[in-house]
This record gives sequence, structure tokens and C-alpha cells, in this order.
Amino acid sequence: MYKIRNFEEQAIKLYRDGLIRGYFHPYLGEEAIATGVCAAMDSHDYITSTHRGHGHCLAWGADLKRMFSEVLGRENGYCKGLGGSMHIADYTKNNLGANGIVGSGVPIAVGAALGISIRNEKHMVSTFISDGGSGIGSFLEGLNLASAWKLPVLFVIENNQYAVSTPIEESTGETELYKRGIGFGVESIRIDGNDVIEVYKTAKSFADRCKNGQGPFLMECITFRKSGHHVNDPGLYLPKEKLEHFKLHDPLIIGKKHLTSSAGLSEAEISEIEKQAMAEIMEAIDFAVKSPEMSEEKFLKFVEEY
Amino acid sequence: MVKDVLIEKREIMYRDALNEALKEEMARDDKVFIMGEGIAQRGGSYKVTVGLLEQFGKKRVFDTPISENGFTGAGIGAALTGMRPVVEILFIDFTMLILDQLINQAAKFRFMSGDTASVPLVLRTQGGVGNGLAAQHSQSLEALFYHIPGLKVVMPSTPYDAKGLLKAAIRCDDPVIFIEHKLLYMNKGEVPGGEYIIPLGQADIKRTGTDLTIIAWSGMVPKVMQAAEILAKEGISAEVVDPRSLVPLDKMTIINSVKKTEHVLIVQEAARRGGVGSDISSIIQEEAFDYIDSPVKILGGLNTPCPFNLNLEKVVIPQVEDIIRAAKEVIYAV
Repeated sequence: MYKIRNFEEQAIKLYRDGLIRGYFHPYLGEEAIATGVCAAMDSHDYITSTHRGHGHCLAWGADLKRMFSEVLGRENGYCKGLGGSMHIADYTKNNLGANGIVGSGVPIAVGAALGISIRNEKHMVSTFISDGGSGIGSFLEGLNLASAWKLPVLFVIENNQYAVSTPIEESTGETELYKRGIGFGVESIRIDGNDVIEVYKTAKSFADRCKNGQGPFLMECITFRKSGHHVNDPGLYLPKEKLEHFKLHDPLIIGKKHLTSSAGLSEAEISEIEKQAMAEIMEAIDFAVKSPEMSEEKFLKFVEEY
Repeated sequence: MVKDVLIEKREIMYRDALNEALKEEMARDDKVFIMGEGIAQRGGSYKVTVGLLEQFGKKRVFDTPISENGFTGAGIGAALTGMRPVVEILFIDFTMLILDQLINQAAKFRFMSGDTASVPLVLRTQGGVGNGLAAQHSQSLEALFYHIPGLKVVMPSTPYDAKGLLKAAIRCDDPVIFIEHKLLYMNKGEVPGGEYIIPLGQADIKRTGTDLTIIAWSGMVPKVMQAAEILAKEGISAEVVDPRSLVPLDKMTIINSVKKTEHVLIVQEAARRGGVGSDISSIIQEEAFDYIDSPVKILGGLNTPCPFNLNLEKVVIPQVEDIIRAAKEVIYAV
């Protein structure tokens, strides 16, 4: 979580310095969801992510150097700089990618689960989606297909309460989004998405049951975007009282409490972990900034067959 | 072309040729599976998937809900993770429901991933005018897909081509939209009993000639062949070139034929405006301008939706007599 938070904050600095261009959607404030869900899965499982996908990639184990390289458009990036922030994927490690189209990762996740089912494997797929994506056909069709075919899919709704600037109350007549799953015959639950342990425990139970052929499942994780929709959106529409509430109800603060109370770590031990993570991030930025971009010749060769 | 490997001479229907291709590929590779509306028990609306459920079981042959965008996306997800799905979209008109998954997703993954992902998906669908199916079930939409980098577009006109091209499409590592024609399913043609593949991107000269080149694909090919017979009786020798796949397009065969005949007619069933014919015409003008003796002519469908009325239905797409007239216009440049 700390790594994700700082990846985003450092990348925003790079953006402000003009080194990162294009769209950049920070996962600030939602770190506990990706962290908890990915920790509950294993490396044979799959994830599909969203346009706000850096957190999912990092939680899935992405390499910081290749992450920074990709958002900087460098050839050492996960997609050789051709994908960028909204399309980071690692097919060799079962990360089926961020997605620039809201909701479109859901049917793809269902398809990965279909493959698992055809091959009689005991793996599962988690697909991340947002409150904004919960009304789109791709999500609803995917939910229905997974239910009809009893596929090992965990639908994770990251309810950060805003679709760009539109509050959820203005987007739907049913704001308890987990009920969408129930409507399709999918066991569904709503939890605190900022408590990483709660996320982990819920995801672990659902992931294990998916692998036992009891899927699909849906978990709606209540969270809050600590910033605007993307890096150039100041988020002026976000109400003060919610910002204040979530400033304290922050995944990192809650996570730290778990580390001291349950794991018994001292403040010193925690700051040592944080220091290490920060050093890794700075090293990765240094690597990425110095990395080359794909040459025009190489690019034209790559697209020759198109 | 592998026409010389004929093992046994036999004639089968276009739909049976497709059925054989599916059976052979599914038997060869257990990663191949098929899904679509009514394709399992029912064997498909055009009987292309008859017998597959019995042979390969319900894990690999199954019906989908009416949920085109969802199940096409599921095909893409399965393809991304090692399977080779063949997804059937009952009518090409219904592909309008899957444009996000096909265009924004399937066509982009290899590129966006920096060549680390592939989507070996075959999307079988069926288009064209015929039998009074009216405006929402009679379209020819190949130009939409032809326009999208990252998709391959295949449109077989004969049983022989249908089988060889479908097998190639299933083995292709990139998404292929495989467009059949609703009036061709019952057409019979020679198909050898043995295994053969027709690589994508190889045009076929359906008939050799010297006076003009007629380029046509899918449902227009039988009509063009009829027209060519009649023209021959009148002393006009037409060469008929069927690209078979529009992406990749075998420019070489087209250009070589044009250089030989110096006259070109392109016949497309799709609406004339913005069609694939226009692009083929521009390729010819760019690459063989000095060889052509008269303007390249495109005979296309009218720029209108398809009427239900059977007499009017004939009016909106090229008929044999229209092709003959257009061929003469090209030859005599009137």
C-alpha cells in the first residue's frame, strides 16, 4: 500500500515536471483494495484492471522499474512505451491489463475464467471495476455470463463514489452496488474497502471458494478517491466533509494500525520498511528516466504487418 | 494454392466445408472451442456446427445467452490466456453490439502490450442480402472492420475456400473476423477429402481472362462468374479475381491481373459509399496507373438500407445483368 501511494505521488511529480504525458489516473486512497485482493490470490490466477490500474499492477507484483518506464513511455516499460498508464499489462504473469474503456475488462476476465473452466484447472480471476462502471453493459453482461456458466470470477467493485465528477447518487437508483450481483444470482457482499485486512479476508474466502467451483462472487468495497479523476483534475466537486472523513479513514493509517496491533511491529520497524520502499521507488525512477524510448525505425518495423 | 493435392474428388456444401474445418481443427487442437447463440444442440441457424456437440462435448461446444458484447469479450479473455475460441455472431448486423470488444480490445492487445500478448480469436459471422431479411439482417459491413488496424478480414466465396481459410483463421495468432454469406451456405463445390490450408492474404483467380479484371468477393463471386460466362459468349474475356481475405490483401495478384487486362471492374455487395472497393481502386491507381486503359469502375450496392420487399431487395445490390453492363462500360469506356 505504501509502495502504491508513493508510486502515485512520485509519478504525479514527474507529471508536473512534464516528464509524463497523457492521462494518468491515480489510485490514491484506494490502495487497500488492490493490496488485499491480490494478496488473497496466487500467481496462477489472473487479474483484469481498470484505467485506474497502477495499484492493481503493483499489488500483483509488478516491477517498479518497468512500471515507471511504461508511464514515462520508455522501451523498458511493460508495453515498450506503446501502452502507457492506461494499458499496463503483464501477460507473462497473468495480469491481463489495465483498460482504457470502463467495464471492458470484465468480459475478458470472464473469458479467462472460461478457459480455466474448460481446462479443468483450479484457478480463479479477479476483475476490478468501479462504481462508475457498475452500470455499463459489459459489466452486467459479464456478471450474467459468469453466473450462468458458474465461473471462478471474483468481481471487485471499487466504490469510490464518483464517476469522474458525478456522484453515485446521480448515476443510479440503487447505490448499494453489491445488489447488482444478487440480481444475477451471485453471492455478493459490501465491505469497508479501506481496511486491507477486511478486504483480504473477504477476498481470500471468495477466491478459495472460486477454486472449489463455487464461483462467481462479488465484493463491493467502499472507498474514496483522495484526488481528482486524473492528475489534471483538482477534484473541486469532492465534498469537504467526505475528504475530511477519509483523510482519517485512510487505508495507510488503518494498515499501520494493523501492523502495530496485530503484527506487533514497532514504529521503527515500520519506518524501516517504508524507507526501503521509498529507496526502491527512487531507484526505479532513476532507471526509468535514463531508459531509452523505442526508435522510429523499430516502431515502423513493428507495425509493418498491420 | 494447394489445389493439386486433391485426394478424392467430391462436392460438398459451403456449410459442410465450414463444419469439416471446425471438426478437424477441434480434433487437432484441444484449445479450440466454439460458442454462440444456438450453435450447440441446434447446430447453428445455418447448420454449420451440426454434430460438434456430440463429438466434442459441452465444455467445448456451448450456447451463449443473447449477450454479444459479453461473450465476445469472454472469447477474447480466453484467447489471451491460451485458448483458441471460435465465436459465432449470428448476423453481422449484431456485430454492432461487440464493437468495443472487437475494436478497442481484441484489435489492440498485441499492439498495446508491445507485442507480448496475442488474441487468437476467430469471430465467425454471416452477412449479405438474401431471402427478405430486411434492413437489420442484410448488411455487408466488411468495410468497418477492414478499416481497423489489428483485425484480419476473411470472406470466402466457395466451399473450397471456406474450409481452407477457416482452418487458417483458427491457426492465426491474431483476431480474424470471418464473414460468411447467407446465400452461399447451400452452394456446392469441389472440396478435397484431405487436409489443406489456404493462407490468409492469397487471392484466387477464379477464372482467367484477358480483356478485363473483375474483382469481387463473398456473395458477389458467383454472380460475377455467371456474368463472365455470358460475357465470354459475347467475345469478352473477363478475369475474375477473388481476394478471399481483404486483410491481409493480396495486392500482387490484383496488380498483376490489372497489368495484363488493363481494365478493372470492382463489384461489391456493400453500399457503394466508403466501401472496400474504393480502397482497392485507389491501390490500383497508385500502383498500376500507367497500365490501365480506362477508369476503374466500382459497381456497389445502393447507398441505402435493404428493403424487405423481395423485388426491391434485388434493386439495391448488383445483379448479373448490372455486372455485364458495367463490364462493357469499362471495356468500351462509355
